[in-house]
Amino acid sequence: MDAPDPSPAVRDGVHTPRRHDSAEKHVAGSALYADDVAEAPGTLHGAFGLATIARGRVTALDLAPVHAAPGVVAVLTADDVPGLNDTGPVVHDEVFLAASEATQSGEVNFHGQPLFLVAAETRHAARRAARLARVKYAEEPPILTVDEAMAAGSRVAEPYRMARPDAQGRDADAAIAAAPRRLAGRLAIGGQEHFYLEGQVALATPGEDADLHILTSNQHPSECQLVVAHVLGLPAHAITVEVRRMGGGFGGKETQGNQTAAAAALIAHRTRRPAKVRLDRDDDMVTTGKRHDFVIDWEAGFDDTGGLHGIRFTQMARCGWSLDLSNAICDRAMFHADNCYHLPAVEIVSHRLRTNTASATAFRGFGGPQGMVGIERVMDEIAFALGRDPLEVRRANFYDPPGRPRGRSTTPYHMEVEDCVIAEIVDDLAARAGYEGRRAEIREANAASPIIKRGIALTPVKFGISFTTTFLNQAGALVHTYQDGSVMLNHGGTEMGQGLFVKVAQVAASELGLDLERVKITATRTDKVPNTSATAASSGSDMNGMAVKDACGKLKARLASFAARHWVVAEHAIDFLPGAIRAGGEVVAWETLIREAYLARVPLSATGFYATPKIHWDRVNARGRPFYYFAYGAAVTEAAIDTLTGESRILRADILHDVGRSLNPAIDLGQIEGGYVQGVGWLTSEELWWDGSGRLRTHAPSTYKIPACSDRPRVLNMALWEKGMNRELTIRRSKAVGEPPLMLAISALHALSDAVAAAGDYRAYPALDAPATPERILAAVERVRHG
Amino acid sequence: MPGAIRFILNGAMQSVADAAPTTTLLDWLRAQGLTGTKEGCAEGDCGACTVGLREIGPDGRLATRPVCACIQLLPMVHGREVVTVERLAAPDGRLHPVQLAMAEGHGAQCGFCTPGIVMSLWCAWHTEGPPSPERADALLAGNLCRCTGYGPIVAAARAAHDLPRPDWDNADAAAAPARLGALSAGPLDYAAQGRRFLAPDTLDALAALAARHPEATILSGATDVGLWVTKRDFDPATIVWTGRVAALREIREEPGALVLGAGATYAEAHVRLAALWPDLGRLIARIGGAQVRAMGTIGGNIANGSPIGDMPPALIALGARLILRRGDGQREIALEDFFLDYGKQDRAPGEIVEAVRVPTGGPALSCHKVSKRFDQDITAVLGCFVIGIEGGRVTHARLAYGGMAGIPKRARAAETALLGQPYTRETVEAAIAALARDFTPLTDMRASAAYRLKVAQNLLMRDFLERTRPDLATRLAPEPV
Repeated sequence: MDAPDPSPAVRDGVHTPRRHDSAEKHVAGSALYADDVAEAPGTLHGAFGLATIARGRVTALDLAPVHAAPGVVAVLTADDVPGLNDTGPVVHDEVFLAASEATQSGEVNFHGQPLFLVAAETRHAARRAARLARVKYAEEPPILTVDEAMAAGSRVAEPYRMARPDAQGRDADAAIAAAPRRLAGRLAIGGQEHFYLEGQVALATPGEDADLHILTSNQHPSECQLVVAHVLGLPAHAITVEVRRMGGGFGGKETQGNQTAAAAALIAHRTRRPAKVRLDRDDDMVTTGKRHDFVIDWEAGFDDTGGLHGIRFTQMARCGWSLDLSNAICDRAMFHADNCYHLPAVEIVSHRLRTNTASATAFRGFGGPQGMVGIERVMDEIAFALGRDPLEVRRANFYDPPGRPRGRSTTPYHMEVEDCVIAEIVDDLAARAGYEGRRAEIREANAASPIIKRGIALTPVKFGISFTTTFLNQAGALVHTYQDGSVMLNHGGTEMGQGLFVKVAQVAASELGLDLERVKITATRTDKVPNTSATAASSGSDMNGMAVKDACGKLKARLASFAARHWVVAEHAIDFLPGAIRAGGEVVAWETLIREAYLARVPLSATGFYATPKIHWDRVNARGRPFYYFAYGAAVTEAAIDTLTGESRILRADILHDVGRSLNPAIDLGQIEGGYVQGVGWLTSEELWWDGSGRLRTHAPSTYKIPACSDRPRVLNMALWEKGMNRELTIRRSKAVGEPPLMLAISALHALSDAVAAAGDYRAYPALDAPATPERILAAVERVRHG
Repeated sequence: MPGAIRFILNGAMQSVADAAPTTTLLDWLRAQGLTGTKEGCAEGDCGACTVGLREIGPDGRLATRPVCACIQLLPMVHGREVVTVERLAAPDGRLHPVQLAMAEGHGAQCGFCTPGIVMSLWCAWHTEGPPSPERADALLAGNLCRCTGYGPIVAAARAAHDLPRPDWDNADAAAAPARLGALSAGPLDYAAQGRRFLAPDTLDALAALAARHPEATILSGATDVGLWVTKRDFDPATIVWTGRVAALREIREEPGALVLGAGATYAEAHVRLAALWPDLGRLIARIGGAQVRAMGTIGGNIANGSPIGDMPPALIALGARLILRRGDGQREIALEDFFLDYGKQDRAPGEIVEAVRVPTGGPALSCHKVSKRFDQDITAVLGCFVIGIEGGRVTHARLAYGGMAGIPKRARAAETALLGQPYTRETVEAAIAALARDFTPLTDMRASAAYRLKVAQNLLMRDFLERTRPDLATRLAPEPV
C-alpha cells in the first residue's frame, strides 16, 4: 500500500478539520439561496395546478377562472410546451404538464400530479389562481400498495435477478433445502421524505436569443440543463444552470428539481420575463418523490452456529408512477442485500412496481439501506432462533478480511471484496462500547422493569462506492489562477451542506501549496464545467477532488516547466513549498511566479478530468465490479420502549466509521452524526401515510415527523476509525462518507426490536417493521406477549 | 386609532400603511431584502423563520420571545420590536457569540435552518446561562435541522457562553425599552387593500368590537389562523386581534381557583400551571416548540375547538370553567360543555373567550401525551386524569381525553367504573374495559382507531402503576427543563 500523498504544509489543507466554507455566512443569514437573490423587476411567479385524484383521465379542463384571477399573466398546459412535454431523467415516461386545454384531456397517475402551470405577478396570486381550475375526471381505482401492484403485474421495469451458486455448485434453493435449519419471513420498510429545509426552487432569467439562465437548487445541474433544453426544444447551449448551494438535498434534488426548473424556464421562455417557481412545502411533499418503500420476502438455510448456507430474497419496491431512477435504486438494494456477509448460495429477485403515488426517487443510500435492512433482519432472526447473541451470528458470516482469503469474499454479483475491514472495526467498536457487558446488564435490568424495556444492538455497514451506472463515474474541474496569484476553483460537484466545496478546496490548496483562504470557491455552472454527473452516490469529493487534482497537476507542471526555464535550473530542482516554489537555490513567492509566468505567456487556467478506474458492470449477466471500493462502519445503539404506549427513545449510540484518511475530520464526523440521526428518523418516527384514495396525508412537518433536537441520542460516542486508509488510489486515500453513515441507524431498529423481545421475555421474535412508530412497537409488544 | 402599523425593526422605527393585513411577517421581511429569515414550511413547525419579538411584558420588563415569522401577521408586530438574524453581528461584522459558536462548532451544514436556530438561541441568550442538554432540547424543539443530527448545535449553544460578551448586543438590549416607549403605539385600526385589522387595547373595547363585528375573525396568537392564511388562502374582511389587551393576558389567583386570561400564552402560563400541577407543566413543555408556546394562547386553543388541542383535556379533568363575554354580558360554563361537536363550539357570533377559571386544591392531575415524536408533535392520544382516593376508595374521578373523539371528551363510563370503588387493579381494569364504551376513535395518519383505544386504556394502567408502584419506571422521558 502506498503512503498518502505528501504535500506542503499549508493552512487548512487536506486532513485538517476546517469548518464549512460558508459557516460564517450561514450563521449571519448572508448565505444566498436561490430564493434570496434579489428579484429583477417584472419577475413572474409560477404555481402548479395539481390533480385531485390518484388515477384516471381529465375529461374537462376549464381554466377560465384561473385566467381571470387577479395578477395572472399566463396559464400553461401541455399545449404550451414547445419541446418534449416530459421531465423523465432516464426514460421519457414522466409527463411534465399532464393536462391539455386544447384536447380537454390528460392522464392522471397520482394525487398531486401537476396538470397545468400558472404564471402571475406574485407568488400568492399564482398559488391562489392555481386552485380555481374546474377539472372533471373519469376516475379509475388506483394501485397504491406493493400487494396491489404485484397482483396487477403493475411494473415500471422488468424484474431483475442476481444469483450465484455456492462452492459446491448448489443454487440457493438447493443450499437452503440441504441446510440443517431454515427460516423464512417477510418485512416491510417504509419510505422517507427528504425534508430538505429549503424546498424546490428555480429562477429562470431570459437572455438574448432564446437563452435562459437558471439559478436553482439541484444536485444535477447538467441533467437539469438537458431536461429544460428538451422541454423547450432548444439546444443545451442555450441553457445555463447555476447552483451555488442547496438548503439540503439528500437525493431529493437529484432528479426532482427538474420539474420546478422546467416550470420556471417555460414561463420565462413564453413570457420573456424572469420567472421563479418555489414550491410550497405541502406541494413539495405531495408532488416530489421519496425514498422507495420495500417489502422483502426471504428464506434462509443455516447451521447451528448461524452460518448461512443459502439465502433467497424477493425485494418488492414501490416505485410510484414513473421510472425515474428506480432501476439503479433497486439494483443498489440488491447490491446491498449482502451487507458485510458472505452469502454462499444466493438468489435475489427484484420487482420494480408501478403505483399511483409520487415517483419514488433517490434518497441517501439509494436503495442500499433497504437491502441492508433485509439481511440484518435475517441475521437477527437467525440469532433469535438459535438463542445466540446476534453479534455472534453476524461475525460468523463476515466476508474474509483482506489478505486472509478463506473462499468467502465473492459477492452475489461476482465482485471480490478485497478490503473487508469490518471484523476489525466491529471488534474495536464492541470493546469501546462495552457491548457485551451492557447487553447482560440490560437483560438483567429488564427483568425488574415491567413497563420500560431496554434493548441494544450492534450492526455493521459495508457500502459500495461508485455509481453503478458506470458512465456516470466521471467528473470535471476548472482552475484559474489570476495575475495576482489568487485562485478560482470550479468543478461539477454541488454543495448541499455536506462540505464538498471545502473539501475540494482543501485538495486544491494542498495540491497548489496555498493556504485555503487563497482559493475561491464558486458556484457550480454548466457553462464552466459541462457534462457533469449528479452530486450523488457519495462520490462528490472522490471524483471532483480527483478532477481538481488533475487540473492543479497540469498547472503545476506548466509552472514547473516555466520556472525551470526562467530560473535556469533542472525541472526536478523545482519544489513546491507553501505559498512559494524553490527554484534551485532561490525561493520564489507564488505571486511572483504567477506574475512571471503570465508575462511569459504561460496559460494559467486548466481543466481537470477524472474517470473512476477498475469498474465495470455486465447487467445482463449480473456480474462485474460495480464498485471501486467499499466504505465500512458499525454502530451500537441502546434504546428503550414504553410497553404501554409503544413510545421509544434512543439512549446511546457508539459509532466507529471508516472514512479512509479523512480529507476533513470535522466535516466527516458531521456527515456521520447527521446521517445516523436521519437514518434513525427513517426507521422510527418518519411515516408516510396515504389514505385509501391515494392522497398523501403526511405532507407537512405537522404530520411528518423528522427527528427533533431531543430525539438525538443522549449519549453519542463517535470516532473515525484510526486505521482507516483506502487501499485504492482515491483522493488522498480518503473514503466517501455521504451515504454510508445513514445505515448505521439500522442498529437503532434492532435495539428497539431487542427491547420488544424483552417485553415477551425473549420468547417470541418481534419481527418489528420500519418505521418503528409507537403504534408498530406496541403491536409488536402485543405479539410477543400474546402471540 | 392610528392607521399605520408602527414597530421597530432591527433598531429602526417602521411605519407600514399599505400591506394587506394578512401579509405575513416573513413575507414582508424578505420583501425588504432581509432574506436571512427563511421559509421552510409556512406553518410554524420548522423554525427556519424564527425571529425575536421584543416588548415590555405584563410585568413591565423587557421580554424577548422567539416567534415564527411565517405565521405572524404583520399587524401583530404593532408596538413591538422585531429582531432578525441580520441584526446580531456587530456593525463591524464581528459575529455574536451564538453565531460564532455555531460556525466554529460545525453547527451548520446546509445552513438553511441556521438563522432560525441562531435566533432561538439568541432569544434565550440575555436571560439564561449555558443551556444543559435538556434545556437546549426545550429551546430548540421548534427548530428542525435535517443535516447535523443536532449534537453540534447543542454543544454550540453551551460554548456560546464561554465567548466574550458582545458589548454591542448588550447595549442594543439596554436601549430597547426606550425605543419601545418612544413608539407610543396604541390601539390599531388598520385598513389596507380592502381589508381591516382591529387591535383594541382594553377588554371593554375588544368585547365591543367583537360584538359590533360578529363576522370578524378573532385572532389571538395566530398559531392556527396563520396557517389558514398560508395554506388555505384565508382572507377575511375583518380581523379583531386580542394581542394588545394587557388585561386578557393576566393570570390571577382567586380563592380556590387560578384564572387564566384567554390571551395568556402557553409560555406565560407555563410556570404558574406547573407550580400547581407538575404534570401539566410537563405536558405544556411538549406543546409545539418554544415559538408556538410564545405565540399561542390558552384561550385561542380553546376557542378554535381543535380535537387534538392539548390544554382542554387537562383543564376539563381539573373541572375548569370558561368565561365568555359578549359586549357587556358575561357567562360562565363548564369547559367541557363548550365543545359541542367536531368544529362546533358554544360560542355565539360576536362572543369572545375571556378567561378560564381552574379550580385549585383538588386531587393531583396526571397527564399522559402520546405522539409519534416526543417533542413538538400533535397528540395521537392524550389522557388527563384527576382521581381522588379517600380511605382506599375512589371519591372523585374526572378522566378527559384528547384524540379519541371529534372533541376533547370525558370518559364517563370509565369514571363511573371507578367512582365509589376500592382503588385496586381490578377496579382500574373495570374502568379500562368501560373505556371501550366511551370512545369510538378514528383512524388517521397519526394512529389507528385500535391503537388509540388500546393506548387510552393502557394510560389508565400507567396512572394506576404510578400511584401504587412509584418504584417502577413508567416513562421514557427525562424531566423537561
